[in-house]
Amino acid sequence: MTTVAIDRIPTSVPTELARGRGGGGPASKRVVVAYGFWIFILSDMVMFSALFAAYAVLRDNTAGGPTGAELFNLRNVFIETMCLLFSSYTCGLGALSAERRQPGRFLIFAVLTFVLGAAFLFIEVSEFARMVEKGAGPSRSAFLSAFFTLVGTHGIHVASGLVALIYLGGQMIANGLRAAVLRRLLCWSLFWHALDIVWVGVFTLVYLMGDWH
Amino acid sequence: MTDTYEHLFDDRTPGVEEHEPTASYLSYTVGLALAILATIASFVVSQTDLLWPPGIPVGLIVLAFAQIGVHLVFFLHLGSGADSTNNILALAFGMLIVFLVITGSIWIIANLNSNMMSMQ
Amino acid sequence: MLGRLSWAAIPLNEPLPLIAGAAVVIVILAVLLTITVKGWWPYLWREWITSVDHKRIGVMYVVLGLVMLLRGYADAIMMRTQQAIAIGDAQGYLPPGHYDQIFSAHGSIMIFFVAMPLVIGLMNFAVPLQLGVRDVAFPVLNSVSFWLTATGALLINLSLVIGNFARTGWMGYPPLSGLAFSPDVGVDYYLWSLQISGIGTLLTGVNFVTTILKLRAPGMTYFRMPVFCWTALAANLLIIAAFPILTATFVMLLLDRYLGMHFFTNDAGGNQMMYVNLFWAWGHPEVYILILPAFGIFAEVVAAFSGKGLFSYRSMVWATLGICILSFMVWLHHFFTMGAGADVNAFFGIMSSIIAVPTGVKVFNWLFTMFRGRIVFRTPMLFAVGFIVTFVIGGLTGVLLAVPPVDFVLHNSTFLVAHFHNVIIGGVVFGALAGINYWFPKAFGFTLDERFGHASFWCWLIGFYLAFTPLYALGLMGMTRRLEHIPDPSWRPLLLVAEAGAIVIFCGILCQIAQLYVSIRTRERRLDLTGDPWNGRTLEWSTSSPPPAYNFAVLPRVETIDAFWHMKRVGRPPVEPAYEAIEMPRNSPAGFIIAFFATIMGFSLIWQIWWLAILGFLAAATVVLIAGWSTEREHEIPADRIAQMERAR
Repeated sequence: MTTVAIDRIPTSVPTELARGRGGGGPASKRVVVAYGFWIFILSDMVMFSALFAAYAVLRDNTAGGPTGAELFNLRNVFIETMCLLFSSYTCGLGALSAERRQPGRFLIFAVLTFVLGAAFLFIEVSEFARMVEKGAGPSRSAFLSAFFTLVGTHGIHVASGLVALIYLGGQMIANGLRAAVLRRLLCWSLFWHALDIVWVGVFTLVYLMGDWH
Repeated sequence: MTDTYEHLFDDRTPGVEEHEPTASYLSYTVGLALAILATIASFVVSQTDLLWPPGIPVGLIVLAFAQIGVHLVFFLHLGSGADSTNNILALAFGMLIVFLVITGSIWIIANLNSNMMSMQ
Repeated sequence: MLGRLSWAAIPLNEPLPLIAGAAVVIVILAVLLTITVKGWWPYLWREWITSVDHKRIGVMYVVLGLVMLLRGYADAIMMRTQQAIAIGDAQGYLPPGHYDQIFSAHGSIMIFFVAMPLVIGLMNFAVPLQLGVRDVAFPVLNSVSFWLTATGALLINLSLVIGNFARTGWMGYPPLSGLAFSPDVGVDYYLWSLQISGIGTLLTGVNFVTTILKLRAPGMTYFRMPVFCWTALAANLLIIAAFPILTATFVMLLLDRYLGMHFFTNDAGGNQMMYVNLFWAWGHPEVYILILPAFGIFAEVVAAFSGKGLFSYRSMVWATLGICILSFMVWLHHFFTMGAGADVNAFFGIMSSIIAVPTGVKVFNWLFTMFRGRIVFRTPMLFAVGFIVTFVIGGLTGVLLAVPPVDFVLHNSTFLVAHFHNVIIGGVVFGALAGINYWFPKAFGFTLDERFGHASFWCWLIGFYLAFTPLYALGLMGMTRRLEHIPDPSWRPLLLVAEAGAIVIFCGILCQIAQLYVSIRTRERRLDLTGDPWNGRTLEWSTSSPPPAYNFAVLPRVETIDAFWHMKRVGRPPVEPAYEAIEMPRNSPAGFIIAFFATIMGFSLIWQIWWLAILGFLAAATVVLIAGWSTEREHEIPADRIAQMERAR
């Protein structure tokens, strides 16, 4: 391989030669898989937007029951937010380790990500249980139906992500960090970051907006 | 895999950036720090009187957008080069739809609700 | 143990569904028996059921669509007949509860299991060939998509035999569709059938957007893609953007029905208008998902059979993208009468009128393509001309309805029914039939019989006008849609004309069946030996008919729009290219097996057999995990085998 001066490496390629985007022929498998998953994530964002819209419209329909301000525990929400945010961080570091073919470090970051994600879920499920015990379950009012569905759907996505992380960790242990496994890990990390983005929307629009004074 | 320049003919994938080694750890750490700041700021804005009260919803939305931007740039490495164009366009399309669904629904239902007879 | 399911679910005391159901079951058993006796199962399993080849999957989608067309048509003729005889004192032969199920099933089946499969099937078949590549981005996912759609079709047809279907209309508005007013399984059949097939459709959207944006032959920049690929891109972008809204909306209604939530209930703060709002936020883009590929098919057909390149390719592309974006800004026109204020209604009314403009641009482009061309009136071209006239009329009535005060009079009248059938039959059905006739030789190696093709066109065209023009008049006279009994005897003559039209359409369907039968029997006379029966312009015509599994031995190098036309003018290189081994995806049973368990899960959820539902879900998830573990998904076709196949052309 000939050495090339660092300032001569092109940062982008003319359209006629660009693969996928231009006339360079089909893109590589890694790009195709990642882009396809990106599109899927965007479709998931649209689904969340419909749930957000339903929440926005129904948030005042408390039917004489408890309101958000009465129910939300913002200290727990802050802890949940930090858990998820840090898990995004460890996810990113894990992805870097995977790309650099460092299976040991990858596993450490994967475990950290899992633990932080599980902590998030634990707090959320406890919150839900507490609310149901107080008689503020999803069938109490339209507001609560919308709340539980929006936040619960996000939680189900997080739970699925944790299951998938175990599954992909298993693949890595069994098959090593080969190209197919790396592609799937890339998709997983896209998914995980996207869930954190949705959570930013949730804690802002549901918890903080519902409780400001 | 990192030896050839083949990857340069491809678009960037959103996500890990494997070809700029030193940049990446920094990128994630800076992103984390900024996101933590934005989160704390949101909670402070919502729970204190630091911001003029009628402006709190706007402030929260601005901070949320800022934090989402931090995630997109520092965690998902969405750049502005020509090889990120597909990713940005897809994101823009998605964001347009999200905007239309949420604001459209709020506008329409608020309008419809205001024309309903009051229940009490 | 078996939830709500019991022997009472089979309609033993209701002759009509019983006979219909029995007939369907007998036909299916006969087909299965024939296949078994003739020993075709290994072939079918190997070549079709587990195939991940976009061409095979495309054909299966079209077959599904055409078979379901028969069921949807049966519903239609039953409704037309009821309306033709139940006038004044006569009560007709269908009690209201049945009639309601029939119009609900008719709409649901026609939109989700006829129009969507036909359009998706044609995109599946043609897009990778037109892009000059070997398959879509995610072939196994493609198979999953098809089989999940088939699951939805199966579930909705099961409602005929076991239980009943929804009585809410195809839109399923609450509170009628809520637990309080539809406690039986009907709405659950509707919801689960569409949710499951909706997942398949969403995956198709992901697949095709990725394919079109990331997988094209070398040299094919965006503005050298065929127009059908642009319209396919726009339609699939709409699928990605719209179907998640439907998923969320149905989830909310399911939660109301299954877990007692209050999104759309009358009590505890539910807001039914939100359902209508979200449903149509999906529903309007849905109709553009249906029509855009049809527009693309017509662009191809008109260019090919006028012997000219498409007039103003660029404005076609911009018009397509314009329609794509605008289709998300008009949805309120489906509920002008729900009570929004003048500002909201005016905004959406104006946007709905504006969206007619890019469609108009397309119409003029087709017309200018034909101008001074050498037009050959093959069957696809007949459908194209029929489409231009019919769709424009339907579009004009649409712009009329886009004016809110007009809509206040005409909403939910038969004028509306005539409008949407006008654009769907004139646009989507004609487009699908044109596409089928156009690409049939590519798929099967011989052209379809022209005489029966022409006959089916004329029957469909005349039948359509006879069936639906009276409905325009009746709508203006005040007739509401979905009437099981007609109160005004003066409407009888028009309803009889409509019935006649439905019968003429049936003749069109018979002609199509005859066309298939005759074409297959006399196929030796119409073999497509060159691969290019229409002197086509786009890359699919450069392959053999049918193409080999790998489509192109060497990916074509594209230099212009209408790449194949250019290649023909410039001439093929005399030297045989150096063939390399090609990696193609292996077949996979995953799609079929996942759909099998999804059917069990769906049926169990409908009948509330919880243990079976959980098992079905876990089984499907396990198959996903097993399929997702593999890393060896491809097999290699060696270079000399390719050389052998190419030389045999």
